Order: sequence, then structure tokens, then C-alpha cells
Amino acid sequence: MTVNQATATRVDQNAVVEARQLGLTFQTNDGPVRALSDVNLTINKGEFVSFIGPSGCGKTTFLRVIADLEQPTEGKISINGMSPEQAREARAYGYVFQAAALFPWRTIESNVGLPLEIIGLSKAEQQERIKRTLDLVNLSGFEKKYPWQLSGGMQQRASIARALAFDADLLLMDEPFGALDEIVRDHLNEQLLRLWRQTNKTICFVTHSIPEAVYLSTRIVVMSPRPGRVTDVIESTLPTERPLDIRESPEFLAIAARVRDGLRAGHSYED
Amino acid sequence: MDRVRDRVVPVITILAVIVVAWYAFAVFMNAPFQRDLDRRAGETPTTMEFIGKTLSQPKPTMPAPHQVAQNFFENTFLRKVTSARSLVYHSWVTLSSTLLGFTFGTALGILIAVGIVHVIALDRSLMPWIIASQTIPILAVAPMIIVVLAAIGITGLIPKALISTYLSFFPVAVGMVKGLRSPDLMHLDLMHTYNASASQTFWKLRVPASVPFLFASMKVAVAASLVGAIVGELPTGAVAGIGAKLLAGSYYSQTIDMWAALVAGSVVAAMLVVLVGIAGKIVERSMGGRPA
Repeated sequence: MTVNQATATRVDQNAVVEARQLGLTFQTNDGPVRALSDVNLTINKGEFVSFIGPSGCGKTTFLRVIADLEQPTEGKISINGMSPEQAREARAYGYVFQAAALFPWRTIESNVGLPLEIIGLSKAEQQERIKRTLDLVNLSGFEKKYPWQLSGGMQQRASIARALAFDADLLLMDEPFGALDEIVRDHLNEQLLRLWRQTNKTICFVTHSIPEAVYLSTRIVVMSPRPGRVTDVIESTLPTERPLDIRESPEFLAIAARVRDGLRAGHSYED
Repeated sequence: MDRVRDRVVPVITILAVIVVAWYAFAVFMNAPFQRDLDRRAGETPTTMEFIGKTLSQPKPTMPAPHQVAQNFFENTFLRKVTSARSLVYHSWVTLSSTLLGFTFGTALGILIAVGIVHVIALDRSLMPWIIASQTIPILAVAPMIIVVLAAIGITGLIPKALISTYLSFFPVAVGMVKGLRSPDLMHLDLMHTYNASASQTFWKLRVPASVPFLFASMKVAVAASLVGAIVGELPTGAVAGIGAKLLAGSYYSQTIDMWAALVAGSVVAAMLVVLVGIAGKIVERSMGGRPA
């Protein structure tokens, strides 16, 4: 079930993200820090890939490299066959941050409309897309509200709607539910899965929660720190249809155990 | 009701303390001169009479609150606003140059801030000069500005307004540099992922984020503008304005007039700051601010 290095190097028409010997070293005042080292990974169209690992393992850095928010210092990466910069200029992805990062002076609909304003869509088309994406995240009726009038979970849903507004095929999510309580988180996980099935997007999802990773993903990339690297890639055997109680099934627990093993093998539990 | 009481009672209390202290101080300050007068006239007033006299001198060292209040009331409400003795007239003269200078100063401050935030060379070079400009005493600069501008034929409102500008651009520039840099990294990254141009980032993110900073610094700037306008009236031999009134009062020992002019100045300053505050509240509300 593991995608080994040999199969990962094939050139695939279906590949959305392809990383080869990718490395990134930050120059800090305390000397160089290797945030990413020798990452080989292919993410195919329609996959839901989670990145899991302790802080400092480079999972967020990898996502930021895909988004052209960080520049790699070694190796190659391509997004839809383009460089990250070209992909960003082509608006090939939507990005969801750890916090909702909504503009407090904009209503929910005009927050969702922000990327559409920037690409210069007509007012009518903006309205149409805002309506459609707010429907997708179950926020219809909250168009005229300001962010502070919404709960944390609703704010994060609005920010997902904003990332979907472009209608890019790739969605990059950096611990989007990390700051929310577990009940809200369960709910949003369920909604996210439904949304993924409906839209058939490719999703890269960074998390530090094992159940979240196993519940959501078709593939789980286990990462480990110092230097940040991939220690295991786990294909999920769970069906596409996943009710919340699938998390008590033996299959689910077996995958979770393997993720935990992968983390242990990467010395993630030591300090 | 509780809110009114919570706000009004402390203010009234402090005001009462100040008035009582002021009366005591007035008696103390005016007593030597009154004693001198009484000695020459050969009078021996009782204590109560003596205190009454110290509080009703025509040119006291320290006017009593009721004298100032009476003068302020007469010169504000009982005179035609076109009269040279009307405080409304003098306040208007000062206010007009304050507002002009404040407008210039705010515009200049914003312009400088935009430059500093967007041009690295300006960021490195301009800030120390801006700070240095404010260490020069305005009293020393004001006459020079007036004289230099008069030499090239600019007199009247503009030179006074420029002194206000000189004082008011500084808080706006400093506040706006902070405001334009206030968006957090996540918001800037977000704009980057949209491949937004620098001008889109500026108008859609930096400018709205800087609005609260703008109004905070405008409150300081408008008060500084008023000080600038008053100072600008002192060395010009201006015949009108709160500054001119202060100067004339000091020439003729019209202490009550001076204090009344000071009160007029404070009232104008308070009104300006409150107006900027209200404008700020309205803008904040229209930008979806959470009601306090």
C-alpha cells in the first residue's frame, strides 16, 4: 500500500503536485535550518492527502512551497506541470490558513468575493460564485454578517468558501481546524469530506491530529523533524463514504496505528 | 441612567475640586496687591471683605473663575460675531487656519507614510528627518516661516496654516506608517496567493487596515494644528485670532481677557477632537466595527 520511491518517480498525466528531491534550508541567525529534505511525492488529481507530523517536521513549509509562499533551495516541484510561481499566477490553487484570516471590515459575502474582485470578474459573476460557494459550506443567509458576528467554526467555513471561490482544482489547507474545539471540528471534517466528494477537488491537508488525518484522507504522508522529511506514505483502505462512527471500526484503528508507528519511527515522540 | 451617572459624577467632582482650588489660589495670589491697596487707602477690611475684594480686582494677577466665566460669556454670547471683541470671531479666525493646516498636514502625513511604506530608500532616509523636524521648537520656526513667506508675497491665512501643517503632519505620518504596516502576515500571504498587484494589496488591505490608526493620529494632529495656529498668530502681529487676543491681553495686563481667550481655545480644541472622534466612530461603524 505504501507508494515507494520507484513508483513515485513516474511521470503521471494525472499528477497535480510532483516533488523531486525537494529541500529547503532556512538561513537563520542561529545558522541554517533544514526545514525540508529529500521530499519525493506525487499527488494525483482527486486525492485527499494529509500531512501529519510534529511541529517542525516541515508539513506547513511543504504546503507553502506548493503555494509559492516559500522558495525551495534544492530539487524540483511542479504544480499541474508548472512552477509554483506560474501556478500561483494562474490561480491554480485556493489556500486556507490556520486562522480564518477574514478581513474584519468586509461582510462575509465581500470576503468571499475578495479573490474574485482581484481577478476582475463582473459583479454578476461574483454574486453567482459567492452564492454557490457559500451554499457549499452551508453559510447561506450569513452574506451580510461581519466576521465578528460569526462563531470560529463559521468563520473558518467562510474562509474555505473564499478559497473555493476561484474554483481552482487544488485546495491547500494548513491546519484549518486546529484552533477549533473537537465537536465543531468533527462537524467540519464531515462537511469537508462531503464538499470534497461533491467538487472532486485535490486537497492537501496539513494536520497534527491522527484521527483527523485518517478520517479525511485517501493518503496520509507521515513526516518527521530535523531535518523535515517524509518517513511513510499510507494509502487509506477506508471507503469514500465515511460516517463519523467509522472511526471506531478496526480498519480505521489499524490505519491510525500505522500512522502512530510511522511517527515513532521518525523519532517524533522523542525530544 | 447609570451610564450617565458613572460618567458625569467623576467629571463634576474633579471640576469642583479644581474650582475650589482655583478660588483659594486666586485669593492667595491677589492678596499682596490688595493689602497694598488697602494700606494706601488706610482701610482695614474684615477678612470676608478682604477676600471679596481679592476676587473682584479689574486686573488681577490670577482672575477668579467667575470673572473668567463672566468675561467669556459676555464676549461669546452678548457680542455680535463680527465684533473685534467677540471670542466667536477670534475663534473663527484661528479655527479657519487650523482647519486648513490640519487638512494640509493630514494629506502630507498620509503621503509621507505611503512613501515610507513602499519605497525602501524613503524608509531609510526620511524617518530620522521627520523626527528631527519635531525637535525644533515651533516658536523659533514660526516667525521664520512668516517672514520668508511674506518676502515672496504670501501672507494671511496660508503662513499660519503652514505652521499648523508643520505640527500636524508628524502624528499622521507616524500613525499611518504603523497603520499601513498593520496587516498581519497571513493577510499579506493571502493576497500573495491571489497574485494580487501591489496596488490591489494597498487599496484592499493596507488602506482599510490603517483607518483606525488614521483617526487616532488625526485626534492628536487636530489639537496640534490648533496650537500651531495660535503660535502662528503670536509673532505676526496678527490683529485677530485667539493668539492675537492672548498677546494683546498680555500687553495691557488684561489677565481676565487672556484667561477667557485660553478657555475659548480649549473649547475649540475639545470640539475639534470630539468631531474627529465622531467622524472616526461613523467610519468605523460603516466598516463593520463591533459596537462597543
